[in-house]
Amino acid sequence: MEPFSNLKSKPVPLDIVNVDTDQIIPKQFLKLLGKTGYGKYLFYNWRYDENGNAKPDFILNLSEFEGRTILLTREHFGIGSSREHAVWAIKDFGFKAILGTSFADIFYNNCFKNGILVVKLDKDKIDHIFLEKTNKNIEIDLLNQTIKIDSDIYNFDIDSTLKSYLMEGVDEISTTLKFENAIEKYEIDNDPLIFN
Amino acid sequence: MLKTVYDKIWDNHLVYSYDDKHPSLIYIDRHFIHEVTSPQAFDGLRMYNRKVRKPALTFATVDHNVPTTNRSLPMVDEISSLQIKTLQKNCQDFGITLFDINDQYQGIVHVIGPELGLTLPGTTIVCGDSHTSTHGAFGALAFGIGTSEVEHVLATQCLWMKKAKNFEIILNNTLKNDLAISAKDVILSIIKNIGTSGGSGSVIEYRGSFISNLSMEKRMTICNMSIEAGARAGLVSPDEVTFNYLRDKPYSPKNESFERLLNEWRELRSDNNAKYDQSILLNVDNVIPQVTWGTNPAMTIDVTSTIPNPDEYAKGNEEEKKSAVRALEYMDLIPGIPITDISIDRVFIGSCTNARLEDLIEASIIVKDKKVSPNVKAMVVPGSQQVKLSAEKLGLDTIFMNAGFEWRESGCSMCLGMNPDILSPGERCASTSNRNFEGRQGTGGRTHLVSPVMAAAAAIVGKFVDVREWI
Repeated sequence: MEPFSNLKSKPVPLDIVNVDTDQIIPKQFLKLLGKTGYGKYLFYNWRYDENGNAKPDFILNLSEFEGRTILLTREHFGIGSSREHAVWAIKDFGFKAILGTSFADIFYNNCFKNGILVVKLDKDKIDHIFLEKTNKNIEIDLLNQTIKIDSDIYNFDIDSTLKSYLMEGVDEISTTLKFENAIEKYEIDNDPLIFN
Repeated sequence: MLKTVYDKIWDNHLVYSYDDKHPSLIYIDRHFIHEVTSPQAFDGLRMYNRKVRKPALTFATVDHNVPTTNRSLPMVDEISSLQIKTLQKNCQDFGITLFDINDQYQGIVHVIGPELGLTLPGTTIVCGDSHTSTHGAFGALAFGIGTSEVEHVLATQCLWMKKAKNFEIILNNTLKNDLAISAKDVILSIIKNIGTSGGSGSVIEYRGSFISNLSMEKRMTICNMSIEAGARAGLVSPDEVTFNYLRDKPYSPKNESFERLLNEWRELRSDNNAKYDQSILLNVDNVIPQVTWGTNPAMTIDVTSTIPNPDEYAKGNEEEKKSAVRALEYMDLIPGIPITDISIDRVFIGSCTNARLEDLIEASIIVKDKKVSPNVKAMVVPGSQQVKLSAEKLGLDTIFMNAGFEWRESGCSMCLGMNPDILSPGERCASTSNRNFEGRQGTGGRTHLVSPVMAAAAAIVGKFVDVREWI
């Protein structure tokens, strides 16, 4: 995984609550066998009509938002299905970070496994960005855990382990395999093979 | 220290722990995989030349995209077929047990785990599917994971996790009519009350006299939809109902090992006066049949109610109000209309929520000697081949087919419509599944979540009906 570097971009404001992963990537696109190539299907049913034409009013189809790498969301983003394809689509489309109030647990975990930074801010701050700052650059400094918009600076919390994974681009499995002795000891002390 | 069942399972599975601030390494006892969320995980193993640490602890089946029609015919969908073949190859290469498409034990992963006795009290269970919470009904810590974590479990048999909060939902009293009102109505009521994120960051333990008297199948229905309340997992302390269910299941421990485990399992239940971070109480005697009207499972009303107006639903939250307006538009519904005035086109009885034998028996009581409305296309998709076989032995297939239902092979089917079982744009469906998201059952399709008996009655009348008037 590539290390996460500091980011500066205007946001793409998706002003909808309770966005579920079925919307982020509809089921008909879960049949690929790889992790790439999902970006063109991101928010497919909101982005395209039944004939596959881009809907002119959907935010990802508006030229002024093209190339922006921060997705600005509302409460309860990523609820529902555990499909990591949702994160692969967000990443493949070009987003590097997601800003919002709250995120579903599995979706949140999946983001960090793929190098996507998820930043949780209080509702009043997110409301403020939606109201006044959607055309301003947002600077995310992961090391110092700050977000800067104009003269506003917000601090954000992040789990220190997730932070270091992102900063160093760590492969989590390699890290875990260093605990081989502890795992083996657990298996000797316990019997996970409780079958007939 | 007094502990909840979740505390006990957590402590029993700690492989390595720094402190409360950092994730701990947790051992995983059971790993279920299926064709849709596993191929990239095996690719990852191959890329780093890694092996599966404990192949005997992983079990695979095909359920998400399998056709539910005649399986002696070749699959029409070549891409789905490729996903299935990929799983077959991965299982073969890495030595994993696969209940393949024509296996007697094939079925929805959350239906077969319990019925085979693979799901046991006190174990940790994961699967690349959010409805893994179903297995919590057995007093297991069971939760859905993404594909990266599937790969991590395959390689290490462990996961890094932070401990979640303990959330108890106490369900007391009895249902006023235990055929017309069901476990599905109870869990929909809970989600209506606490919202789609009410359980976020928590493991919900369902307790109380209602739960103690509930069958395993109905406990599974409740735990299944914990994820719809945003919870990491849902569980029930194991008891004699759990242990009796597990005796003599194909993979459950036998004889002395079973008796030895029983002693351990009896220690698992939450200690009296154990501490919970959050607690709510629901008296189920107030619960009546539920129907969802919107595009998330919290958008639920009593069958006696009318479609709410967005202000009434949102209670002052502007974003939720917009969400309700959007949902009404998508669902093509007008506030103020009784839910029982709404006509339906399709009925789906199936899914990991409601496709076990008890669900099918109850639905069959409603449809026996009746006919499906001429305007409705209705289908029953048993949760597994074993469920299908048991139902056929009881003659349920005949009851459903005589009424005009289609009787299908087992799989996830129209719960998520990855196979050919989908709604057409604009079609309205009474569904026993777990998600009413936009397009979930087919692009443009409109889903109303209900219990099996409510779905069965809707199929007969062609509209939602209060099934309490029938039984």
